[in-house]
Amino acid sequence: MEHSIIDPVRTLGNGRFGAYGGRYVPETLMAALQELERAYAAVREDQAFQGELAALLKDYVGRPTPLYFAKRLSESLGGAKIYLKREDLLHTGAHKINNALGQALLARRMGKQRIIAETGAGQHGVATATVCALFGMECVIYMGEEDMRRQELNVYRMRLLGAEVRGVGSGSATLKDAINEAMRDWVTNVRTTFYILGSALGAHPYPTMVRDFHRVISREAKQQILEHEGKLPNAVIACVGGGSNAIGAFYEFIPEPNVRLIGVEAGGRGTALGEHAARFSGGLPGVLQGTYSYVLQNDAGQVATTHSVSAGLDYASVGPEHAMLHDQGRATYTSATDAEALDAVKVLSRTEGILPALESAHAIAEAIKQAPKLAKTDVILVNVSGRGDKDMGILAREMELKGAGA
Amino acid sequence: MPIQFSKKPGLVIYLTAGDPDLATTRQIAIAAIDAGADVLELGVPFSDPLADGPVIQRAMERAVGRGVRLTDVLTLCKEIRTERPQAGLILFSYLNPVLRMGLESFCAEAKAAGADGVLLTDMIVEEAADYMAAMKKHGLAPVFLAAPTSPDDRLKAIAEHTEGFLYAISRTGITGVSSTLSDDASKLVQRIRQFTDKPIALGFGVSNAEHVRAVGEYADAAVIGSAIVAIIEKSTPQEAPTAVAEFVRGLRG
Repeated sequence: MEHSIIDPVRTLGNGRFGAYGGRYVPETLMAALQELERAYAAVREDQAFQGELAALLKDYVGRPTPLYFAKRLSESLGGAKIYLKREDLLHTGAHKINNALGQALLARRMGKQRIIAETGAGQHGVATATVCALFGMECVIYMGEEDMRRQELNVYRMRLLGAEVRGVGSGSATLKDAINEAMRDWVTNVRTTFYILGSALGAHPYPTMVRDFHRVISREAKQQILEHEGKLPNAVIACVGGGSNAIGAFYEFIPEPNVRLIGVEAGGRGTALGEHAARFSGGLPGVLQGTYSYVLQNDAGQVATTHSVSAGLDYASVGPEHAMLHDQGRATYTSATDAEALDAVKVLSRTEGILPALESAHAIAEAIKQAPKLAKTDVILVNVSGRGDKDMGILAREMELKGAGA
Repeated sequence: MPIQFSKKPGLVIYLTAGDPDLATTRQIAIAAIDAGADVLELGVPFSDPLADGPVIQRAMERAVGRGVRLTDVLTLCKEIRTERPQAGLILFSYLNPVLRMGLESFCAEAKAAGADGVLLTDMIVEEAADYMAAMKKHGLAPVFLAAPTSPDDRLKAIAEHTEGFLYAISRTGITGVSSTLSDDASKLVQRIRQFTDKPIALGFGVSNAEHVRAVGEYADAAVIGSAIVAIIEKSTPQEAPTAVAEFVRGLRG
């Protein structure tokens, strides 16, 4: 499936990451994807656009984010030094704002005033609602009803920001189903509407574009770790739902062969299909929602339901660039269970006074496993993709259930 | 069996295989052919039918919930082919179940089941080289979709690569019944005509005899999906074949 029959404008490469990626969409969307590809290729080289984006990232979003040495966490584990890239300190509380801002600026340049988006944990929805408020754009957010229940506070935030939140009750009522509904809206209103996709997945050019908007994470982190330590980290760890924060955190380190890249998927509550969202251990290559990548599915090709305590990781497929990095062996993908993630929230909160999002806690959980195996002079860099305020309801329930007290 | 439209406009009838159950789908299919359907599209149930509106989405969910698989649809196709050798039979699917079976195996089995062609909703011409090679090898017609938003260079490529017929989408949007057909529909068909003499079938929103008559003025065939699936949803399994047959008979006025 790597061939091309007609030769569209391919300024961003061919939309392939090895065998993965591509465009598997209803024909109605193709003109819009090609228009988007051309518009994005133009702003990529446009100094005025890049300058405006950089200024907003600095003054509105709060970049650069700190790279923080987690001394007490590192000492308590007795191994490698752990540094935290503090994307949780960004405006709206997660890395998602990097991409939402970039795409909203692009939408404005393309003259599209109606914005749609989907959201799982609500962080991308909040980021999109925020930038729509900033630019005075109409905003509709699709969210699975199960996720609306789990992330009620973010639903309120989006509504307060002026967005319409549309609940999706079909399927598993989570992120996958919200994306289906957002794509249906886009197919219907494609001439007037810009779809701000929230992760590094979907049809070309989204995986490339979203990655580019998040590249700033590793660009900053690479420079910061050199300033702190005078060397590159031994490992970079990030959680992987769709994979946007991870590809942003990995990207500038990919050409550095001595830096291990570790993506952490949601191990959920078990290894049976439906109990987790670990695509690389439980999935097979397939097509879901416009892209060819690893997909959790049954032997008839039906997309499996998934489970994770964190709504943002609860997704049946994964960004195609991660699929390529996995097959190449350049990145390693592992998983943390719900219980391990909940423990990691507690550990980081109590050693560093930092309450991570449940998504980011999966990456912390992996760092907790890795650090003791390494020397005290080794360095691990963990991307704290978001903060945990949004998860307080679920944390209170889960930790009470576990008898840990709240 | 080449796809042929005996009367103008021809009728293409969509059914979600396995809704309400496979045996009833077979009876409905035969009743629809006997009532005048030239071509049947047999929909393979899929968990994430993002191009479909609520009516077909619900039918897919019911069939997926019953455990209906692509292999079941192939068996159904073979049964219908055996009973009604003259009908056009198209397998309608999203890509993933086909990839799961394997492109080559799927094409071989589809041919063995007597299918004339295949329509994959999320397969565009740029990505279709391997797919078309496998289809050609097994003598199957790849049916591609064209949309009102498709620019001329895409329409040209779609017209070139589609076989059997070209499926023109009447409007931007998902499948579903609408009260009137959009102006986009006739304009799109006229634009496609510049590039091909192959039959053009128009679908999305075509739901009654008036629509079919209007479609006949500029296209070769009309595709009726959600209106049929809605009748099946409202009927008991015993009533459904008769109800669909009556509806299909009424479509040509």
